[in-house]
Amino acid sequence: MRKIVILGGGVGGTIVANLLAKKLHRDEADVTLVDRDAKHVYQPGFVYVAFGKAKPEKLVRDERSLLRKAVTLIRGEAVRIDPVTRLVHLADGSKLDYDRLVIALGARLVPDEVPGFHEAAHHFYSAEAALKLRQVLGAFEGGKVVVTVGGIPYKCPPAPAEAALLLDYYFTKRGIRDKVDIHFLSPISRIFPLETVNPAIEELFAKHNIRSTVFFNTMAIDPAKKIVESVEGETVPFDLLVMVPPHRGPKVIEDSGLGDRGGWVPTDKRTLRTKAYPEIFALGDSTDVPVSKSGAAAHFQAKVIAESILADLRGLEPALQYDGRVMCYLDAGYHKAISMTFDYEHPPKLPKPGLKDWIGKQLVNRAYWTIIPKGRA
Amino acid sequence: METAEKTRIVLDARGSFCPGPLMELVRGIRQAQVGEELEVWSSDQGSRRDIPFWVQKAGHELVGVSDQEGYTRFVVKKLR
Repeated sequence: MRKIVILGGGVGGTIVANLLAKKLHRDEADVTLVDRDAKHVYQPGFVYVAFGKAKPEKLVRDERSLLRKAVTLIRGEAVRIDPVTRLVHLADGSKLDYDRLVIALGARLVPDEVPGFHEAAHHFYSAEAALKLRQVLGAFEGGKVVVTVGGIPYKCPPAPAEAALLLDYYFTKRGIRDKVDIHFLSPISRIFPLETVNPAIEELFAKHNIRSTVFFNTMAIDPAKKIVESVEGETVPFDLLVMVPPHRGPKVIEDSGLGDRGGWVPTDKRTLRTKAYPEIFALGDSTDVPVSKSGAAAHFQAKVIAESILADLRGLEPALQYDGRVMCYLDAGYHKAISMTFDYEHPPKLPKPGLKDWIGKQLVNRAYWTIIPKGRA
Repeated sequence: METAEKTRIVLDARGSFCPGPLMELVRGIRQAQVGEELEVWSSDQGSRRDIPFWVQKAGHELVGVSDQEGYTRFVVKKLR
């Protein structure tokens, strides 16, 4: 019996496992998914935790409850991948052999890469950090709020701009917006990473009196002086610092010598096979594929990988390739949002913030559990 | 990072998209010594605008820009 091993029970890994379990004939192959906690986390909800609009326990489910019965779930941590012997070594000393391997391990937060981060910065990239930020925001009575990133790339490129806009909305509702100065620092030449969407975000920032500085690449934070310093030589003071922590690829990828300089898996952007080993696929945040690190990208990529593995097992040519499709929402506060859809060939159109997309975002957040992980959409 | 000449660090960012080449330069500048020259290779059109602007803001020197077949070479000297 041939063996398919999937590392990671996030959105991408779960969809690959479920689609394969659904489409494989009995006795065609075993599907095993390995996840460190055997928990599935809906990360787009973290930002709402920070603003008191979501509870962390609603963003987590047992991975088993989302997987089809035919998928074997192992709670464990992959510590080394040996592509020559086709073995995955787990932390408990056990080994899994595979015919096809899928790396769906997501990205790793490495706040230590920015000196001073632990002492002075807040973020919303984990449930714990989002809860802490919620407390800090509740006690904040005015001053200078700085929103920025610790490095590029990071998950969900719209998130920092979205956070700045939601901070404006939050302080406005609390009636203290006139006591708060929001300053957004962008590492690139504009506020928003997607060039065609940037004018819409600039307009929102101007409307809501959010200041911005471009070409600000964080170098260090001085917690005593309450300043953030840039590679470009600028210093910006803050009373509250919201900074997306730097990201790297999964540790097992680095430890196995399979990553690039950032620890990301070099992956063909259309076939999603790793460049070094065609029998190993990779998707989502853990790859170097040139699209946004987002659940939506992993979702669309998962279908391509499931189809490609089926074709491999059956000796056929894979019929699907990934076209770079990503779809995402940005909540602009005041019950308005924008949506962006794009792929390798088609940049997103200039969006107009509105209620329709805001409702769309709320619906996705609620319908996620019943539709997405099971591969129904 | 590889060294093409004795004093020049080459950052080959061809095939990487905006802001990839600029981020390579930012990383390279952080690691380089004052006075060293870095050469960024980029096939992304946005770099022609972004890299000179960034070099000016960050207080370094754009020593030269040259078009090659399918990509552009930017030579930057770290000044501080």
